[in-house]
Amino acid sequence: MSAVINSETKKVLVTPLINENPITLQVLGICSALAVTSQMSTSLIMAVALTSVTACSSAAISAIRNHIPSSIRIIVQMTIIASLVIVVDQILKAFAYEISKQLSVFVGLIITNCIVMGRAEAYAMKNPPLQSFMDGIGNGLGYSLILVIVAFFRELFGSGKLLGIEIFQLTKDGGWYDPNGLMLLPPSAFFIIGIIIWVYRQWKPVQQEEPDFKILDIAHGEGGHH
Amino acid sequence: MPNEAKKSQSFQKFEPYMEKLEPYIEKAKAYRDKVLAMNNDSLEKTIAVALSICFVCAILVSFSAVALKPIQQHNKALDMKKNILEVAGLLEPGMDIDSAFDEKIEARIVDLATGDYVEDIDVDAYDQRKAAKDPELSEVIPREKDIAAIKVKAKLAKVYLVKSSDGQIQSIILPVHGYGLWSTMYGFLALEADGQTVQSINFYDQAETPGLGGEVVNPNWGALWKGKKVYSDSGEPALELIKGVVDPGKPGSEYQVDGLAGATLTSRGVTNLVRYWMSEEGFAPFLAKIRQNGVG
Repeated sequence: MSAVINSETKKVLVTPLINENPITLQVLGICSALAVTSQMSTSLIMAVALTSVTACSSAAISAIRNHIPSSIRIIVQMTIIASLVIVVDQILKAFAYEISKQLSVFVGLIITNCIVMGRAEAYAMKNPPLQSFMDGIGNGLGYSLILVIVAFFRELFGSGKLLGIEIFQLTKDGGWYDPNGLMLLPPSAFFIIGIIIWVYRQWKPVQQEEPDFKILDIAHGEGGHH
Repeated sequence: MPNEAKKSQSFQKFEPYMEKLEPYIEKAKAYRDKVLAMNNDSLEKTIAVALSICFVCAILVSFSAVALKPIQQHNKALDMKKNILEVAGLLEPGMDIDSAFDEKIEARIVDLATGDYVEDIDVDAYDQRKAAKDPELSEVIPREKDIAAIKVKAKLAKVYLVKSSDGQIQSIILPVHGYGLWSTMYGFLALEADGQTVQSINFYDQAETPGLGGEVVNPNWGALWKGKKVYSDSGEPALELIKGVVDPGKPGSEYQVDGLAGATLTSRGVTNLVRYWMSEEGFAPFLAKIRQNGVG
């Protein structure tokens, strides 16, 4: 196995966690990050579902990458991804019924999650199956990390619980904590993801993007025209 | 072939068929090699790849759907029974749901228009939600009467009765549904044998805003319904959700339940669906018969 865990494998597993995180650097997969993060349990299941779909679809696409006609490249990738998503959805309905009820359409929407497609196009089409699988796992974990952080804050401050276990006793149950209703609504995930991206980019200034254009300094002209 | 030895006994009986298939398999293999060697962008390869991808994916999807179906159906049925036991106040943690359900609860089919029981139909097999989608078994609700915004209703409803050991009805559990803010909310309303006093309500399928409208599933809120009255003295459904907290001293408070904080539209949806299903369109004829006859 030592040959398998070589430096490339390690790189594709670790870089998507911080340095090339799909959510914070590439800003992909935001929609589901907003939708499923009001509770830790749903976001954990969603994270597992997305990670397994990304890993398996990358491996499958990579295995046939030398035989995919370029004219139907995208649709072949989508077919494989969609099939895997259906399989994951069926498995959740069979073995995690309560959670799958809460996740409702969002498992199905993994099909449209840009991370899955993005990894297929950017990595799996050019690299061998095992590494593509690891790349899928790495990117899935990067997504999971952000999802869990967001869900941690939303569940803790929105309902005073973590994984359904009471942490702050709510005023309506005779405690002291008055929950923040905004945290239960999707916009709060926008704020939290925004703050995470800000913190990341302060910590790793390399991730800061160059501005698209600069506003010219015209203060010392006489209105600009000569 | 190296894995010949590994073939199980049961596989052996396919051997004669396999021999017949042999030439076709050879042909398929030859074609596979030809396709693999082809230029990726040729028309034939494009079609061959597209077809084989579809074939493999279709097998994968249908296999998982068919193989997992029994477990999924069991989950669904169990969840439904759990909800019925819960609304009847019979759910205890760790109990065996299947046997408790069989022991204490009796399902009956009711004709909504007349309020009579329908006997010539298989109770276990009848699915009211499926029937509502079948034009043969459902009817369109006239727009002015459709306060719960559900458009169609099944002609027959599946109700559940909890009886004591001497056959007296203890509670009547009625399936109700209606539109909230984002979703159609499906639930059960449990009434006492008088068809007037509420025992409890719960919702097993809804997609309202978590934490706000989604609190319709909160058992603490469901408990507020206990003892409320459905029909006013004139026989009209009067039960409603109000904004804020009900003042128990005020006249009419027995017809009022606290609304859900921050979920005006979901609360309105709940009021409408209760009023709809308790009206003449819904279960009023059935409840009237129960009150007349005592035992169902």
